[in-house]
Amino acid sequence: MLLISCPWCGPRDETEYHYGGQAHVPYPETPADLTDEQWAEYVFYRDNPKGHFAERWMHSLGCRRWFNVLRDTVSYDVLAVYRLDEPRPELPTLRDLHQTAEAAGGNR
Amino acid sequence: MTTTPLPEHPDWLWRNPEPRSSYDVVIIGGGGHGLATAYYLAKHHGITNVAVLEKGWLAGGNMARNTTIIRSNYLWDESAAIYEHALKLWEQLPEELDYDFLFSQRGVLNLAHTLQDVREGVRRVNANRLNGVDAEWLEPDEVAKVCPILNVSADTRYPVLGGTYQPRAGIAKHDHVAWALARRADEMGVDLIQGCEVTGFLKDGDRVVGVETSRGRILAGRVGLAAAGHSSVLAQRAGFRLPVQSHPLQALVSELHEPVHPTVVMSNHVHVYVSQAHKGELVMGAGVDAYNGYGQRGSFHVIEHQMAAAVELFPVFARAHVLRTWGGIVDVTPDASPVIGTTPIENLYVNCGWGTGGFKATPAAGLTFAHTIATGAPHPLNAPFALERFTTGALVDEHGAAAVAH
Repeated sequence: MLLISCPWCGPRDETEYHYGGQAHVPYPETPADLTDEQWAEYVFYRDNPKGHFAERWMHSLGCRRWFNVLRDTVSYDVLAVYRLDEPRPELPTLRDLHQTAEAAGGNR
Repeated sequence: MTTTPLPEHPDWLWRNPEPRSSYDVVIIGGGGHGLATAYYLAKHHGITNVAVLEKGWLAGGNMARNTTIIRSNYLWDESAAIYEHALKLWEQLPEELDYDFLFSQRGVLNLAHTLQDVREGVRRVNANRLNGVDAEWLEPDEVAKVCPILNVSADTRYPVLGGTYQPRAGIAKHDHVAWALARRADEMGVDLIQGCEVTGFLKDGDRVVGVETSRGRILAGRVGLAAAGHSSVLAQRAGFRLPVQSHPLQALVSELHEPVHPTVVMSNHVHVYVSQAHKGELVMGAGVDAYNGYGQRGSFHVIEHQMAAAVELFPVFARAHVLRTWGGIVDVTPDASPVIGTTPIENLYVNCGWGTGGFKATPAAGLTFAHTIATGAPHPLNAPFALERFTTGALVDEHGAAAVAH
């Protein structure tokens, strides 16, 4: 069971969330101009790294807001949590791995 | 008191050769699919200068972790063709390989718990019959006759409203399948090289000419990728992308029990599938963990959920104890169908994306992948499963028949 800190609600069990796959996949700026290959890339192809992965989660049993998580896909450690309007953070140091609700932006 | 002596230790089933500097074909991944591919390359195409490179030990990945279910009751023509061909190969392989790997055609029940399940099930039975797949629709009382320990009463949260039944489906002893294929491939001259991780690809322009490994450089005329959960990682090293996501898939066994469960029961809706192994363990699996993961383990709540479903369906299991749980990494495609075919890199071929259902397809995956590698073009059975379908839109959507939540 993962422990994920929602940026608004703080640390909660994985079962409160829904997974949304890779983060930072923008909708094509000029969709009418895309080739079939480019549409295939956008619709069906996602990164699948072994290691650090920026991904979307939604706090479906809480505030129901989407946010981003930087997670290690081997150790499953949650490395950072950030809002959709925030850039992917630089790699945190080890002491930041287990954020409190306040540090993660919870309990506002 | 007399004691029975232990049986003689069997002869080694395969050599453990040092890798040579070059091969006609290098297969990456020494699981069921890689071994079956090597077997059919040698048997059907006379290509025996082949190495199977396995980063761990032979058949120690998903081949050691699956729930051994074999069936062919898939919805679409393309899937029914390849899975039914696999089932026919399973029926002849024990004799062909001269190895009794305990293939037991005890049938598979796919339960329906909602009106939508019933409609999909009946539709799938009709589609299966048109494709020559043995399938029947069973009403709840008929379900109870096939599997008496199932609770088909109306007073459960998700009552059994019926089910599809494929009598020729069943289970097999997965390790023995791998060993049987490995022995024959080895006898025909294939080098099975364990502890050999592929770390990079040697390319001449857009053509692959070999691989870098943890045991040195190996040149290859053609390279076949059969690495399941790690397909994306290897594709990235080779310089192309695959439309797959790697997820943990968990399974568990109970301690040994008397034979109580005569068939295989799968429930898409309450998320569990159960059979009883020959030794007596109840073998159970469920859906994948939602998140991407390479850790060969998943979250415990998935196990709890499948246990709740199992006890609801089989009240007799309530006092059974879990002996162990484990996870494997499955590579899931957007349409829950595999990818077998060419890649953007010349002479590099891929067999991946089998998701939660690769074991049952082992012989057909090997046969079609061997054909694709040997001839450079797909076999009619795997032509619909080319990478190009994600561009053309000709998907083969098997989320329903895959029977495991993705």
